[in-house]
Amino acid sequence: MTTIERPAYRVIGTRPIRPDGVEKVTGKALYGADVRLPGMIHGKILRSPHAHARILRIDTSDAEKAPGVLAVVTHADLPAAADRVEELGESAVNVKEVSENILASEKVLYRGHAVAAVAATSPHLAEEALKLIRVEYEILPPVLDVLDAMREDAPLLDDTRRTRTLMTGELSEKPSNVASYNRFQAGDVEAAFAEADVVVEREFRTKMVHQGYIEPQNSTANWNADGTLTIWTSTQGAFAVRNLVAEVLKKPIAQVKVVPMEIGGGFGGKLPIYLDPVAALLSKKSGRPVKIVMSRTEVFEGTGPTSGTVIRVKAAAKGDRLTAVQASLFYEAGAFPGSSVGAGSMTMLAPYNVENFVIDAYDVVVNKPKTAAYRAPGAPAAAFAIESIIDELARRQDVDPLVFRKVNSARKGTRMVNGIAFPRIGHEECVEAALNSDHYRSPIEGPYRGRGVASGYWFNGGMQSSVVVAVNTDGTVNLIEGSTDIGGTRASLAMQLAETLGIPYESIRPSVVDTDSIGHNDVTGGSRTTFATGMAVYEAGMAVRREMVARAAKLWGLPEDDVEYTDGIIRSKKDGRQLTFKELAAQSARTGGPITGKASLVARGVGGAYGTHIVDVEVDPETGKVTILRYTAVQDVGTAIHPSYVEGQIQGGVVQGIGWALNEEYVFDEQGRMVNSSFLDYRMPTALDVPMIDTILVEVPNPGHPYGVRGVGEVPIVPPLAAIANAIYDATGHRFTELPMSPRRIVEALNGLA
Amino acid sequence: MKRTHVQARINGEERDFLCEPRQSLLEILREELGLTGSKEGCNNGNCGACSVIMNSRVVNACCVLGVEADGADITTIEGIAHGDRLHPLQQAFLEEAALQCGICTPGFIVSAKALLDREPDADEHRIRFWLSGNLCRCTGYDKIIRAVQRAAHQLQETQA
Repeated sequence: MTTIERPAYRVIGTRPIRPDGVEKVTGKALYGADVRLPGMIHGKILRSPHAHARILRIDTSDAEKAPGVLAVVTHADLPAAADRVEELGESAVNVKEVSENILASEKVLYRGHAVAAVAATSPHLAEEALKLIRVEYEILPPVLDVLDAMREDAPLLDDTRRTRTLMTGELSEKPSNVASYNRFQAGDVEAAFAEADVVVEREFRTKMVHQGYIEPQNSTANWNADGTLTIWTSTQGAFAVRNLVAEVLKKPIAQVKVVPMEIGGGFGGKLPIYLDPVAALLSKKSGRPVKIVMSRTEVFEGTGPTSGTVIRVKAAAKGDRLTAVQASLFYEAGAFPGSSVGAGSMTMLAPYNVENFVIDAYDVVVNKPKTAAYRAPGAPAAAFAIESIIDELARRQDVDPLVFRKVNSARKGTRMVNGIAFPRIGHEECVEAALNSDHYRSPIEGPYRGRGVASGYWFNGGMQSSVVVAVNTDGTVNLIEGSTDIGGTRASLAMQLAETLGIPYESIRPSVVDTDSIGHNDVTGGSRTTFATGMAVYEAGMAVRREMVARAAKLWGLPEDDVEYTDGIIRSKKDGRQLTFKELAAQSARTGGPITGKASLVARGVGGAYGTHIVDVEVDPETGKVTILRYTAVQDVGTAIHPSYVEGQIQGGVVQGIGWALNEEYVFDEQGRMVNSSFLDYRMPTALDVPMIDTILVEVPNPGHPYGVRGVGEVPIVPPLAAIANAIYDATGHRFTELPMSPRRIVEALNGLA
Repeated sequence: MKRTHVQARINGEERDFLCEPRQSLLEILREELGLTGSKEGCNNGNCGACSVIMNSRVVNACCVLGVEADGADITTIEGIAHGDRLHPLQQAFLEEAALQCGICTPGFIVSAKALLDREPDADEHRIRFWLSGNLCRCTGYDKIIRAVQRAAHQLQETQA
């Protein structure tokens, strides 16, 4: 670990066992699909077999009469939705489009688009009843490729959609599948290209890929007799579910309670809602609690993967300087607007200080599932393009690729593409640590072996958090919070509270509670929870400290200024009298009642973060198999609260990146049907496909957080695509510009068949 | 649909249940017997989240019919610990931070137990090979492999 300017911590930086661990290793932890309520019945969804079609008629009469069926719903059961945008943290959604995506009304826009739903006394009976629903479609030609969708004569998904130019807010005259266009620019790229030593120009393509969480989406809803609604679900944001369900079903927010169950992975894919309003409507109609659990095929076809992309880059170097970048990014949004192209265009150049650039970004609808966030949404594809180009420029100029990155690194004061200057950031430190690593200093030898490097950036999020800290009379503490714990944040938050209060980590019991039991919390997304909810935890902890000082002052008859709180001891500065946290907690009833602290805030001071990765590969020219020989991920993590979980985030992100680089892709036939919607055919990495993933944690504390925390979860998926492509180039002399670099593509390319 | 009477020994306890021919062992465990520790990630044998030990073999409970379990001896994640005492694999998963979301954890622990029961000296490659039927999307496998190695080491020490 490389640590820069860090105070001495007592709890932060240690590796205690997570509070929810025992329940999870014994199989006792309850996830969404484990919910079981008295009288509960089961829902199933009918989905479109066509990628693009008009719905002419839906006849549910036979299904309603089928054995065991208690309710059937279609879009007609949903209230008319307002055409307005709701902020969801990492993504914004139009409520009308959410409603259309939940159950289609006039048109189906992708294969897998939900059309109707049935609730029956068993999931098997519900499934059988789906077959009795008759839907008459007028099949329309699908638009599957992002560039095809932009053609003048392309079939339109929505006849009324016009292109919004984001810089001016103007709408195009003609309808289009291009939902939005944006441009960032500075300097004079043409002049820089003219003066350059070398100019490289390439087009890159990536396919739609899925987050691949192991737990399918699920929702159980009970429409209570008094009209209130309770939902049990696995989600990255219980409050986002509550607010969106209230919006879609036109209910007051206070009448919707969302109980967050343990969540089996999300990576951005469990920010949107799909099943919750449907389960609610089925419950309303049947008078029973209704549970819906998606199948794996439904997860692939009916939830949001991340965009397939086409990215064109032209870039120039003079000496060892990156002098100009011109890029056009075309991202598939899926069936409704809102791809991750905005973030792609803003993160692409974030590692570098480049004076001349033009970046154009297009958000394009196609007849594929509506995309959702996926770990650093938009950034990996953009980094694949630019980091491949940087590698090429460095090689052409005969400069070590890490040295090239160091020379051109962004640092404090460098302007992002939107003109805002960076605060203290750690890209240079990451590159430096990579240069000095054992891995980079070791030789890489042998035929068809090669090494690649790449950097990447993610903004990280702040947003809103609420927590309550309740001190018990035995000195234990309940930490009540509302941020989904998707990978160890109960531990990282309890550790920050233990640090703030100067008490043992083991004295603190954190709980993620339902939406009736704590103030609003934004989603667990944007790598924000340890940072932002951590900040709320710190503030609530400080409130407890102030309260305890006041209580001691009262006991001792001293002014509060004469009492201090240090390391869990409350002490009189005058006469040395002191009480431990536990002793004073025991006296709460006598000194003014229960001791609590709370904080509700919008977290400012978010710290963006960088990673620089090194990978060695071996390519088998006969089979096209790429073996990852060694992988080292360097990342600026601010302060590692629980280093094991920080390493785990990095290792997990890297392996998702390896899958994206080498194997994962949605494969569609000409009619827009996904033909590999299982884990057998959508090939995610297994334990046998990867080596140990080495991590180097660089700690450049974030000045905007009391403990220097930066988000860590998303950065690690940004560099791998390019790092692996650069390593394969080093091994084979072939530069791959299209993902995945699957065995077939490699064999074709190396044998000149492509 | 006609239901069949099935008897099986599950986690050391004699259980019986009525089962439709189309119901999988996973559905029976989760819906009929209340053993929800075995998870459904794919329902077609590709993710391993429902791994259970049936007559000393690791199987995906989603790919076994409930009626096939008649007379079988089955261990699920709920049967791995001895009362309050965690199995060394469970303890190692906690100490190595080998889980993030935890949905795949029961399957990994069950599958790894079956390996260590027969090959307590399995090396890293062997562990990776054995566990390649269990998908994890959070950890990148690094800490899972280390946890299994740690538990193997500990089991060997206590047996020595």
